[in-house]
Amino acid sequence: MTTTLLETRNVSKSFGALRAASDINFRIESGDRRALIGPNGAGKTTFINLLTGVFAPTSGRVLFKGRDITELPQAARVKLGIARTFQINRLFRGLTVLENVYIAVAERLGVASAMLRPAGSCREVIEESMHLLEQLKLADDAHHTISELPYGRQRLVELAIALGLKPEVLLLDEPAAGVPSAESHIILDAVDALPPHIGVLIIDHDMDLVFRFARHITVLVRGAIFAEGTPKEIGANPDVRAVYLGQAGHG
Amino acid sequence: MNVPGESLGHPAARALTERHRIRAWEAFPWLLAIAFYFAFPRHLGFGTEVLVMILFAISLDLALGYAGIITLGHAAFFGAGAYTVGMLAFHGVWDEPITGLILAAAVAAVIGLASGLVLLRTTGLTLLMLTLCTMALLEEAANFAYTYTGSFDGLPGITFKPVLGLFEFNPLIPRTQYLYALAVLFIGFVFVRALIYSPFGQSLTGIRENTLRMHAVGAPVRTRLVVCYTISAAIAGVAGALWAQTNLYVNLSALNLERAATVLIVLVLGGYGRLYGSFIGAVAYLVLAHFLSQLYPTAWQLGLGLLLVLIALFARNGILGLFDMLRRHFRSRRPHS
Repeated sequence: MTTTLLETRNVSKSFGALRAASDINFRIESGDRRALIGPNGAGKTTFINLLTGVFAPTSGRVLFKGRDITELPQAARVKLGIARTFQINRLFRGLTVLENVYIAVAERLGVASAMLRPAGSCREVIEESMHLLEQLKLADDAHHTISELPYGRQRLVELAIALGLKPEVLLLDEPAAGVPSAESHIILDAVDALPPHIGVLIIDHDMDLVFRFARHITVLVRGAIFAEGTPKEIGANPDVRAVYLGQAGHG
Repeated sequence: MNVPGESLGHPAARALTERHRIRAWEAFPWLLAIAFYFAFPRHLGFGTEVLVMILFAISLDLALGYAGIITLGHAAFFGAGAYTVGMLAFHGVWDEPITGLILAAAVAAVIGLASGLVLLRTTGLTLLMLTLCTMALLEEAANFAYTYTGSFDGLPGITFKPVLGLFEFNPLIPRTQYLYALAVLFIGFVFVRALIYSPFGQSLTGIRENTLRMHAVGAPVRTRLVVCYTISAAIAGVAGALWAQTNLYVNLSALNLERAATVLIVLVLGGYGRLYGSFIGAVAYLVLAHFLSQLYPTAWQLGLGLLLVLIALFARNGILGLFDMLRRHFRSRRPHS
């Protein structure tokens, strides 16, 4: 039994004359393992920003479990269970790895506005954060500040923060970009270990990763959905090869 | 598979569970302040000035050092507190000091809340200019309302009731003033210390480090900033009220740019976002200003200017940051066992 978690209906977004998203009808269902691919500038990150409420669409609606959330700000959508990671790390650089995850977990558990009890006394937050870090093989770095970590390890923290929100829909914007290939399996393992009922959307250029992970692939070209299908169908689609895979082959 | 509590044994988890614990050295500034009382009975006026400055700097540290709210108008709240107790006492409405502090905190908090709701929609340079404007508006208002504020002449010779009905404010022997200021500073400090080690304080540092990410973890960023700004304003108001009560006068210098800039310099000098930076900065700044102005009555600010240039060039994190650097240096040179 699957339910539709996140859905867009005829969503468009224009930046002046640039149409970054045009008439996108898209849905993520519970248990989905979906990938969004497309050449550079196809509007993939714009689409994630529309889903998460960074900006509002020029036209069209965004729905979560059938409820219209088009006008809902970012933080409120997170509370509903929509979490994301960023293509370029957005971390709390001056804080330790543990504190980074702590902030997300505390926010989810609703203790983050407590003023007169020490953060260190919220044991459930610390335990859950440490548990997450162990799962991502980050425990040894837990006491380091972000700026002391190599970029690849920072990518894992990026993921840890999103996982700390225990989302129902997880949007991963190039999670493995900049991660040494020896470590990229940690990210995939972590995604594999997610509860099966949550919906995951991954954006990536790494075709090995996309084809290993995704059960459905959506191809975005110039802001519009170009093709949709299983990895097999997408891999065999000559048009997709022409606009995307062919191009990637040159790069 | 995971034993509950097991992960709390990890050094990082332990550091977090223990970071709010009071350390033995934290008694040192307070012992020093009490020792000062006995050792320098003739300089208690100066000592009181330092204590008030520390409290004011702590209030700024909460907003600027922890939450990253760039403000150059914090004297607005200091002045609001000072004029609240000053005007009430001068016009014979209310002259009980401790309730006066509470009133001052409330007035400053209301101004902080009202201005914060508007100002904190902006960031960076815009925010800086708007805080400056808020302060300038208040200063002009105080300047125009001659009947109430005494305008440029201020409100001289105010009197207050004895503290707790027992301890008189004596302008010549400011013993009461010093101990009273020390007690209020202590309470203010304990409150701010609890706040910054709380989950709320942790989320403020999150906002400072990456506002966009805070939105993405579902934090009500603006609400948190407004709450922080209001609390910070209230504490600045208490510092201002304390200043008025211990000096027994109020004038426009309570809410001008010089005061706002001074407290910023104090905080940067000591090290912002470090809780004790305010202590070090206030002592360093006022002691230096005191001696330099005696040595070079006309050009003493040049010395402070040079010091600031040096701090900006070589010690971005202030005097406390310098200590951290030295500590790290020696730790890395010590051979590992």
